[in-house]
Amino acid sequence: MENTRVFVGLGSCGIAAGAQDIYDYMAPDLKSGGLDLEVTSCVGMCYAEPIVEIEHNGERRRYGYVDKKFADELLESVKTGTFPEKNMIALSEDGKKYLDRQVKIVLQNCGIINPECIDEYLEADGYKALTKCIEEYKPEEVVSIVKASGLKGRGGAGFLTGLKWSFLAGAKGDKTGDTECRDPVLSRKGDKTGDTECRDPVLSRKGDYKYLVCNADEGDPGAFMDRSILEGDPHKVIEGMLIGAYATGAKEGIIYCRAEYPLAIKRLNIAIAAGEEKNYIGDNILGTDFSFHLHVKEGAGAFVCGEETALMASIEGKRGMPRLRPPFPANSGINKSPTNINNVETYGNVPFIILNGADAFNKYAFKNSYGTKVFALAGKIKRGGLIEVPMGLSIREIVTDIGGGTSSGRPVKAVQMGGPAGGCIPERLFDTPIDYDSINETGAIMGSGGMVVMDDSTCMVDVARYFLSFTQNESCGKCTFCRIGTKRMLEILIRITEGNGKLEDLDKLEELAGHITKTSLCGLGQLAPNPVLTTIKYFREEYEAHIKNRECPAGVCKSLITIQVIPDNCTGCTLCARVCPVSAIEGMRKKIHVIDPETCTRCGLCIEACNFDAIEVV
Amino acid sequence: MACKDCSSAVLEEARQIVNEVGSEPEKVIPLLQEIQNRHSYLPDDLVEAVADVMEVPAADIYGVATFYSQFRFTPMGKHLIKVCKGTACHVSGADLLTASISDELGVEEGGTTEDMLFTLETVACLGCCSLAPVVMIDDKVYGKLTSSKVRKIVKEYKDGKH
Repeated sequence: MENTRVFVGLGSCGIAAGAQDIYDYMAPDLKSGGLDLEVTSCVGMCYAEPIVEIEHNGERRRYGYVDKKFADELLESVKTGTFPEKNMIALSEDGKKYLDRQVKIVLQNCGIINPECIDEYLEADGYKALTKCIEEYKPEEVVSIVKASGLKGRGGAGFLTGLKWSFLAGAKGDKTGDTECRDPVLSRKGDKTGDTECRDPVLSRKGDYKYLVCNADEGDPGAFMDRSILEGDPHKVIEGMLIGAYATGAKEGIIYCRAEYPLAIKRLNIAIAAGEEKNYIGDNILGTDFSFHLHVKEGAGAFVCGEETALMASIEGKRGMPRLRPPFPANSGINKSPTNINNVETYGNVPFIILNGADAFNKYAFKNSYGTKVFALAGKIKRGGLIEVPMGLSIREIVTDIGGGTSSGRPVKAVQMGGPAGGCIPERLFDTPIDYDSINETGAIMGSGGMVVMDDSTCMVDVARYFLSFTQNESCGKCTFCRIGTKRMLEILIRITEGNGKLEDLDKLEELAGHITKTSLCGLGQLAPNPVLTTIKYFREEYEAHIKNRECPAGVCKSLITIQVIPDNCTGCTLCARVCPVSAIEGMRKKIHVIDPETCTRCGLCIEACNFDAIEVV
Repeated sequence: MACKDCSSAVLEEARQIVNEVGSEPEKVIPLLQEIQNRHSYLPDDLVEAVADVMEVPAADIYGVATFYSQFRFTPMGKHLIKVCKGTACHVSGADLLTASISDELGVEEGGTTEDMLFTLETVACLGCCSLAPVVMIDDKVYGKLTSSKVRKIVKEYKDGKH
């Protein structure tokens, strides 16, 4: 077992796929041989989880699809020094296709190092970029380098990061010294009338007290980039924040993370504690007069808190409702102090840029977009996972080459990009390159990086309804058109999926969409109609089929389909009759079964249960 | 404005929680999270007692609590089942899973079984999209599910195997 190390990838999705069981299974055996089973995080090849890696004499072999039986084989191989050739997912044809087009800047360490061990990050050149900044650059030089790199905000809006930083660096706050009341309206102390004392004057820190916030409130359904980065390489994000703090003069950092990501929060807290111990975080960092304190703030489940002004309200302990800008956060943010907010992936790019220079980053360029973008490739895709690609790669290259096409083998129909604020891009536009401008032209948005692949069994009207019911539910209610308009749009969409739509409904949807976009304060409302507008634009015939012919071509909308038995395939096994929750299937053993369309609720359980493909949707 | 219906034990707990977490206005969410950690939901009397200790109207606290979907106002069952309704799960049949679990337990989405064993909720996205459709029971995520698989898993919990 000499010169051998064994690793298990324990990211959230790896654990869900059984990696923790594999860890628990292999660890005692290795331990008895004097070897500690090591932990890494998600390497991005989610389709092949659980993943075990074995390093022997400096050579690293990555094994996928590890079950207990295969784990036995691997344990044996560690003892003998002869390693199996199968399931080596990084070297297989599939694996090469998956990896070859990728360029890893942000994800460089994910799945390679132990995220809970600062020493492994340091070995991977960790905190060298911070040291370089402190030793070699003035703060304004750091801002210039980030500006020159062309890095844009990876949270979706695509604002130039360097420019944003320069706003915070130049912000003065109102006045110094005063400890004014943060929010006198809320002060309702005492039972008597009149007094409007301040509830907590200590917290009012105007002047040059600046905040730097990391937005890790990744709420888009179908997106898990930020979670994977935080779970896999928390120090990189922290280092990016430290560099940002050095460049802008921020004193306090807050990572606002979704409460649904317990592992990410745990690893962040471990990383912060280790960083403090080594004096990368805290007072007088590395013996200089640069000080920066950092802590994690857990969200409480509100999608709108991904919007920066809502996020700040939530940090202040209020309802997370957006407010009008200006004033922009750089002038008046948390507790009215100047504040800068960037996304997880944005900070994750910064150490690379500082260490290797702006040119090393923006050599990956397409039109006005530079560097790479991390995507969460999911949905009906053969090889789904976390990928990082250079700008300019086409959607087709991602879906076909990297992802290997659909998991079902059926024709691919569209990809949904940008979550509830994004749109559906049809297959015929798959040659669109990945860059902010080109994606915007399709009507979708780059968004934070969720990319959900859909095949021809996905109904686009249903997808539009799905996203709108999401935004409608998550609307904070402040703006009338977002609150009521999305509700009206949803009602129309439900009507269409139930076969009660009218042709003029499509015009009505577009009209409402226009009003909502124009009259909403924040991105949630402004972009909420996107999934509807793009599906009407590219899949109008599908809407018309629902309305004119009362048909759902994809066979999804329950009111418009019938489920029936294919007599030729039915063996009379009674399985479907047994799973039917409403007893709508009549059938004797060895006799062809019949589904009563009146009783049937079209839940589809029988289709899933049937082993003979004997039930179809018409 | 003492909390009229609060017992001294509840007030004592409220003081303890506020001492631990802090009483600044920005601590409202962590305070609520701590209450829910302890009780699995936000009991009325405790929230009011915390408001008392903080010297703010309980309505302020409720205003925040009702805004965020994390907070619950009724007791939770022993096991919390969260069906993911993310995009990838939706196109892979998450509705079918919800229907199956709902049928298996005889409880609607958002409800708790009479024996207080299960609470069934849906969640916007668990971020395990490559394993869609997924369901999270307590801290464990189950992926690549079908309705028959999920029924089997729920039955195991019913039988106390987890």
